[in-house]
Amino acid sequence: MSGTNIVESKLDGATAAYRCVVPAGEPWIREIQKGQYFRVVDLEGNQAADTLFYNASDYSDRYSAQDTIREQKNLYLTTGTRLMSSAGNVLLTIVADTCGRHDTLGGACAMESNMVRYALEKRHMHACRQSFVKAVMEWGRGMSKRDLTSNINFFMNVPVTPEGKLTFEDGVSEPGKYVEMRAEMDVLAVISNCPQLNNPCNAYNPTPIEVLIWDRQGA
Amino acid sequence: MSEAAVRWEEVVQPGATWSHVLKRGTALRITDVEGGANVGAIFYNFECPVERYNIDTLKAQHVARLSKGCVLYSDMGRILCSITEDTAGGHDPIGGCSNAALVKQKYGESRYQEARNEYYKNARDGFLIELEKWGLGPRDLSPVVNFFSVLDAGSDGSISYRRPSSGAGSFVDLRAEMNVLTILNTCQHPLDPNPRYDPKPVRLSVRTVPPPGADDACRTFRPENGRGFTLTERYFL
Repeated sequence: MSGTNIVESKLDGATAAYRCVVPAGEPWIREIQKGQYFRVVDLEGNQAADTLFYNASDYSDRYSAQDTIREQKNLYLTTGTRLMSSAGNVLLTIVADTCGRHDTLGGACAMESNMVRYALEKRHMHACRQSFVKAVMEWGRGMSKRDLTSNINFFMNVPVTPEGKLTFEDGVSEPGKYVEMRAEMDVLAVISNCPQLNNPCNAYNPTPIEVLIWDRQGA
Repeated sequence: MSEAAVRWEEVVQPGATWSHVLKRGTALRITDVEGGANVGAIFYNFECPVERYNIDTLKAQHVARLSKGCVLYSDMGRILCSITEDTAGGHDPIGGCSNAALVKQKYGESRYQEARNEYYKNARDGFLIELEKWGLGPRDLSPVVNFFSVLDAGSDGSISYRRPSSGAGSFVDLRAEMNVLTILNTCQHPLDPNPRYDPKPVRLSVRTVPPPGADDACRTFRPENGRGFTLTERYFL
């Protein structure tokens, strides 16, 4: 499949069963039922939404970046991508995407990796893995840092060159761009709306995202 | 510089899984004995296994492929291992590992009952069983590095498998910068187009090596690695 597949959704935000604006630097966690549709909207543009998914009945079975890339033989996520779990299940399918490309190699920012990437003095800066740890701690149900694995970065642009280099580029997203998924099983979704200020992944200005959920659509 | 004496050496058979706590100050050489080997590997801080190999490795060094000079980062900004020598020409940190369904679909079935120890193995089950021996489990299965295999990426993001041409005798040296629980598996790469079940053996050898100096090639590979070594050295203070 190609790395870009722009498809608009037919769903109307006014009919969503749930919607929530998530400010930059905040975590968000919620179960999504099989058949429900889940949309993440980049409200102001160029905002990375770091996202993890789990099989809701077995958290040891979770989103796997390596399995997802291998199954579709492509590094980038877009319409048609099946988000694979570590046990080989399809967690969700991307059914609409007005951005066209999402990353799953860049990982989530962390205080510790900021020290490596930018300067040892950056330790104090807020980071996605702080939000992820807080989210799974508060969710409880046996979850812990052990459950934090390679994530998706919706709206983030991390191209790999033919020479095998990897770079963080300006986002390809714009205000109002969104990605929408259909849950193929009951899943737990965890988002960190990225607070990174040290690179262009949020255009140096982290902004809110909106998440929407629609109930199963009629045939 | 002459190489230190080998402390011990062993062969990992085709399709087998191996584990060991590589001690800080030692280096593991993995040699592709026949050519065409693939070695999947996962790495943990033995003292606190919730610290483990992380995909940060790629963005910290601006690479999507690992080779000499690269290091393997944990999620805590520390360096688990350094690639101090590499005659293989690149290693894949993206393709992941084979699983039972993939092996059955690609190669068919071969059970122990009929095939004895030649039965078809898959990397995921090998990793999970080995993790369990160390008190870890499916929640701890972290991203896999595949040594001796390369993935090429097109500008549209498409990936294709390439076997490096280095062949028999090529090797990679991993210097342990911490005490690293290392689990290796010699199953074929999951994107290996070979239609036959045909995993290859590798030879492992362990040496005692000096600590990385100020001009160490892995330390100076990127400014990020200099800070990674600093954080790793602080951990042992």
